Amino acid sequence: MTDITPEQTQPAKPARPRGRLTRWWDSDVAWSFRHSPVAIVATFVVAVMSLAALLAPWIAPYHPFDPATLNLLDGFTPPMQENQFTGNVFWLGTDDQGRDIFSAILYGSRISLFVGISAVLFAMTLGVTLGLIAGYVGGWIDTLIMRVADVQLSFPSILIALLVFGIARGFIPPAYRADMAIWVLIVSIGLSDWVQYARTVRGATLVERSKDYVQAARLIGVPSGLIMLRHVLPNVLGPVLVIATIGLALAIITEATLSFLGVGVPPTQPSLGTLIRIGQGFLFSGEWWIILFPSIALLALALAVNLLGDWMRDALNPKLR
Amino acid sequence: MTLLEIDRLSVAFPTRRQTFVAVNEASLMVEPGMIHGLVGESGAGKSTIGAAVMGLLEPPGRITGGVIRFQGEEISGRDEQAMRALRGARISMIFQDPLTSLNPLLTVEQQLVETIRMHLKLSEADAQKRAVELIDRVGIPQPELRVKQYPHQFSGGMRQRVVIALALCSEPEVIIADEPTTALDVSIQAQILDLIKELARERQVGVILITHDMGVIADTTDRVTVMYRGEVVESGTTEDVLGRPSHDYTKSLIAAVPRPSLKLRRFPLISYGDRAATAGIAELSTMWPDMKGDQDAPLLEVRDVSKLFIQKRAWRPSKREYLRAVDDVSFDIRKGEVFGLVGESGSGKSTVARTIATLYHANAGSILFDGVDVTALKSDRALESYRRQIQMIFQDPYSSLNPRMRVLDIVAEPMRHHKIETDPGRIRDQVEDLLERVGLGASAAIKFPHEFSGGQRQRISIARALATRPRFLICDEPTSALDVSIQAQILNILKDLQDHLHLTMLFISHDLPVVRQMCDRVGVMRHGKLVELAETNALFENPQHPYTRELLGLMPKLEGLSTEGLEIEAA
Repeated sequence: MTDITPEQTQPAKPARPRGRLTRWWDSDVAWSFRHSPVAIVATFVVAVMSLAALLAPWIAPYHPFDPATLNLLDGFTPPMQENQFTGNVFWLGTDDQGRDIFSAILYGSRISLFVGISAVLFAMTLGVTLGLIAGYVGGWIDTLIMRVADVQLSFPSILIALLVFGIARGFIPPAYRADMAIWVLIVSIGLSDWVQYARTVRGATLVERSKDYVQAARLIGVPSGLIMLRHVLPNVLGPVLVIATIGLALAIITEATLSFLGVGVPPTQPSLGTLIRIGQGFLFSGEWWIILFPSIALLALALAVNLLGDWMRDALNPKLR
Repeated sequence: MTLLEIDRLSVAFPTRRQTFVAVNEASLMVEPGMIHGLVGESGAGKSTIGAAVMGLLEPPGRITGGVIRFQGEEISGRDEQAMRALRGARISMIFQDPLTSLNPLLTVEQQLVETIRMHLKLSEADAQKRAVELIDRVGIPQPELRVKQYPHQFSGGMRQRVVIALALCSEPEVIIADEPTTALDVSIQAQILDLIKELARERQVGVILITHDMGVIADTTDRVTVMYRGEVVESGTTEDVLGRPSHDYTKSLIAAVPRPSLKLRRFPLISYGDRAATAGIAELSTMWPDMKGDQDAPLLEVRDVSKLFIQKRAWRPSKREYLRAVDDVSFDIRKGEVFGLVGESGSGKSTVARTIATLYHANAGSILFDGVDVTALKSDRALESYRRQIQMIFQDPYSSLNPRMRVLDIVAEPMRHHKIETDPGRIRDQVEDLLERVGLGASAAIKFPHEFSGGQRQRISIARALATRPRFLICDEPTSALDVSIQAQILNILKDLQDHLHLTMLFISHDLPVVRQMCDRVGVMRHGKLVELAETNALFENPQHPYTRELLGLMPKLEGLSTEGLEIEAA
């Protein structure tokens, strides 16, 4: 119905003073959130897991990254059972080193989340910048950026990450490798994932650039860089937010995959992927808990983030409302 | 017998916050062979009535009261299956956009034959013959050849003819035409309306013509129903309603229509409803540099300007193909003058405006502003002073304001950029003052553009354009996206800018009556060339070029419209 103007659907009410919070609570996005059980559950799971990861040093019963606190005699204790040598009880059991699985998951998801979020921020910054420049400036710069993106798209992203990881490690002296591993991981995941941000932003920028408010800014004489930052960027960020959320799940999984392959964080500081790799060795010898609980944690985290991204895509898309 | 009777129809759209009543107890009757106009501004509910008759209300919309009778039988309560037998067969519809109403993957013949066979039970060969007849009937030359073509091979006007042929396939008794000519140029609009008129007479079809355009109503319809915010305010023969309106809303609506034959001093203020907002442009004049004095000297000189757009790219320059959007155009605009540029879409008038505004670079020729050749200024720094003195008002109020910026920042941007004012407090004072002057009120500063209607947004656009205190204003179709009463308000503000600030303006429009109201001199453009240039009155009274005569001939005459309450300047 093209004939209904907003002015009519909301009859003139005396403007009552409302706070930012109540206005937000009343908005369509908040309403859609309140009416989506999936989104609420997903947010809850993400919030609980992030909090647990953040507060790991305070809530974890053991310190799995400190070899001095580990007792090899605690190794292979099944969940909720007394260890036959030491008499200790572990909620989710221990691994071969005697590490408490529950504590290891808390610390591991800390690493997974940190790597995931940093990698997404890195990919987003790179992709948005390149996409904005390609879309706004156009010409051969656009062609160059988008061809590079096309070439990269023809490789699986895990391959790119492996490649970058391998090259980067070659440049780092062995003494620093363990300390730098996490940053190398972030850069390699980020570099493998910037393309979709660049493509989305370029498309949205092409649309926004032709709108009259950009022309008005050009007419005033605002320099191109400022127009991109002040006018175009805020208007193309909506879809980026959605991709970033879904990309977070992907980055967490990529990190887990790399760690599983043994090229991620060192085994002394296991992330969820490393824990799964360790557990994988004992899968058929009866110690099922070592692989099961970290896998559930990874699955829950990735699924919840993904569902949240899905909901966000629908809620922010006016065509589906 | 009455063909179609709508009796106290109400349609409501329940939304999350409240139920929106789109149509409230509207009644109208359609007789065979008669064209019934349904006129009103956006949001009046006229399209909703059309959709309700067709059973095409989009959910959650539904009929909450009243009945629709077709040949005496009630159809409003029927289920989807019963409606389908009626819809397209005995009641058809013509939509606004001819491009989206046709399937781009099928030829015109395939679409016609499919529809004919569905409704008339003819053999393939007979249906094909009939398709050719229909295409011939709606005035498409070489019908045997054209039916084999795809919709994209037709121009906009020809496509709308195909849509009409499609609507006629089933030999319907009622046709509902929803803004059938709004997307078309004037010359094509007149032909399509004539065709609809002929068909109604010839086939005794009852037509409901939904439009916002008083000119279309005056020239085409027999009876008219005026709607305002979901309610019918007045109904009767077209002559009566337009000539002797009785309801206040109808009066104000008619008074706001620009006339081709009369020049008004100002448009009468719309007093109906709560939309009238007065502007106080006069108070701004103290802040403005004095721009009277040597009125005859040209402020802007456009010398042999051409602008080419690349159509086909190629490495070798000789293989490239260009479109000459602007072809050797020259004119002067004197100080304090309003210069109009008219022409149909694609005539290059907007390209001229954007070239003057430095948004495009001219391929040839020069533009002199106050004696300085601005086409020779290459750097942003060199253009700074020129850009401060010119500003532009754009056509589409929905895309010309950045949706993520507050009105304060939108209006302040030119001030900050050109360092007219640097102190944040004084910038705010000036922005609020400007908003007050264009009739929005200072409180508008902290809001975002989406909180305003189209007319209010155009006022924000004007405030932004005035922020640098420019000498020259480019108005590119500033009111063509607005309702007629809102158009009158915006045109009044622009007239105030001329009267009190003596701004020089380039006014671009395809709407000749509006141009007559606003401009001192007018240039007529066609295919990128300036074909005629004359004083406004001379051009309207005594056009020289055949194309100008043609354009003026297509203009709705609006002679039957009431002239109550108009301040006429010249006849």
